[in-house]
Amino acid sequence: MSLIRIYGLFLRHFYLITRSFPRVLDLIYWPSIQITLWGFISNFFSNHSTYYNNAVGVILTCAILYDFLFRTSIGFNMLFLEEIWSRNFTNLFIAPIKIGEIITSLIITALIRALIGLVPAILLTSPLFGISLLDLGIHLFFLFLSLYIFGITLGILVSAGLLRFGPSFENIAWSTMFLLAPFGCIYYPVEILPEFFQKIAYSLPLVYIFEEARSILIDQTVNYKNIMYAFYLNGIYLVSAITLFYYSFGQARKRGTLINIGE
Amino acid sequence: MENLVEVKNLKKKYGSKEAVKGISFNIKKNEILGLLGPNGSGKTTTIGMMLGLLKPSNGEILIDGKKIEENRIETLKKINFISPYIELPKKLTVKQNLVVYCKLYNVSNIKNRIEYLTEKLRLENLLSRITGELSSGQKNRVSLAKALINDPTVLFLDEPTASLDPEIGDFVRNFLENYRKDKKISILLASHNMSEVTRLCKTVLMMKDGIIIDEGHPNKLVEKHGRKNLEEVFLKLSRSEYELN
Repeated sequence: MSLIRIYGLFLRHFYLITRSFPRVLDLIYWPSIQITLWGFISNFFSNHSTYYNNAVGVILTCAILYDFLFRTSIGFNMLFLEEIWSRNFTNLFIAPIKIGEIITSLIITALIRALIGLVPAILLTSPLFGISLLDLGIHLFFLFLSLYIFGITLGILVSAGLLRFGPSFENIAWSTMFLLAPFGCIYYPVEILPEFFQKIAYSLPLVYIFEEARSILIDQTVNYKNIMYAFYLNGIYLVSAITLFYYSFGQARKRGTLINIGE
Repeated sequence: MENLVEVKNLKKKYGSKEAVKGISFNIKKNEILGLLGPNGSGKTTTIGMMLGLLKPSNGEILIDGKKIEENRIETLKKINFISPYIELPKKLTVKQNLVVYCKLYNVSNIKNRIEYLTEKLRLENLLSRITGELSSGQKNRVSLAKALINDPTVLFLDEPTASLDPEIGDFVRNFLENYRKDKKISILLASHNMSEVTRLCKTVLMMKDGIIIDEGHPNKLVEKHGRKNLEEVFLKLSRSEYELN
């Protein structure tokens, strides 16, 4: 692993962000709009629902957490797609940069992109809705970390698809998060789902993360089992995604996708 | 003279279609080798394999004595590529692009390298410009700077002067000729510009349907096929059924 090459690829995307105010605005705009929207909905529910009676801002907190996941995953895909759109793909893959270095660089850059959007959104919640995400305490860090790992995992999986199938896989890149959202039980308890869907939900780390967030905010109890399960599943998915990425790279070299995708 | 690139019995199959059918050739140190052939003859596939973008179905490619399949990253440090079909990130300035590629190629003295290439390729006034806003001639010179950023020992050029006006095309050809003499690098030139190939290459390979159907000095090929110039030879070989030489 060369830190200089990882930094080089990070710089390529950092320059892109710093050169374009609309890009920065785009990163900030959607999370802020999302949080504002869910803030008002959450205010409404907290006044009219017994479930949320004791925990104003549960929905808002979950919305912020979900947005972080969404931004991380989409951010990773965007970085990969950016190379295809700018026709820089071939230049990148003929440079002596290892697959591990590409993944590492994109993981760091995706985090920074997600934080650029998230921090203003979090800051908005306090004056607008009187909610502080910090109410989740130290466990907030674990929840964010878990979401970040899963977001990256999805990003790597989709990028593996882009490598293997080319730009035609782009639509999948945009729809992954929407496909998984119902099973993530972001805004409702897992028991709401039909039994078969519950089985799918329990195979994803999301359900444990959001159940835990609700548990902390509503019942003021911390269930470390949920946090552990989430990390355990994340580990399995992340290793599988990285393996698939390497496999897709090999397949792309066999099938010529790396040449076709770059032109 | 020492062979810097050795291609041995190289094959590439896509399913049942064989794009490259067991070709072999060498590129000597300080040589510009021309690779000619009609569209679909296997030139791009061959270059793709030599750049490590494609895995050969059979055969091997050695660059500076090392097999590319077994030493991909090490080999990529020594080679580079320019093609009008690939571009540098358009939103970055020229300097930012060069800095990024200096980092990706682990260039030790970035400032000196960029200054050197800037001077040689007349990029002084372009460094702070947005790459996407440059003319095609300016973009071509910037891409050339990127292709030389790692001081490559082997340079792959795919249509390096396509879409350039004659003056800039001539500048690029002169630059490449002088750079090759100065640095003793090897160049593989794929081009449809026959006068360019005749001027720059001592040896050309003619490809068709995935095989090399003829090779030799451009003037010798003209003489051998009884034509006036290389373009006519190209047309003759492209249109007629060939016999393996």
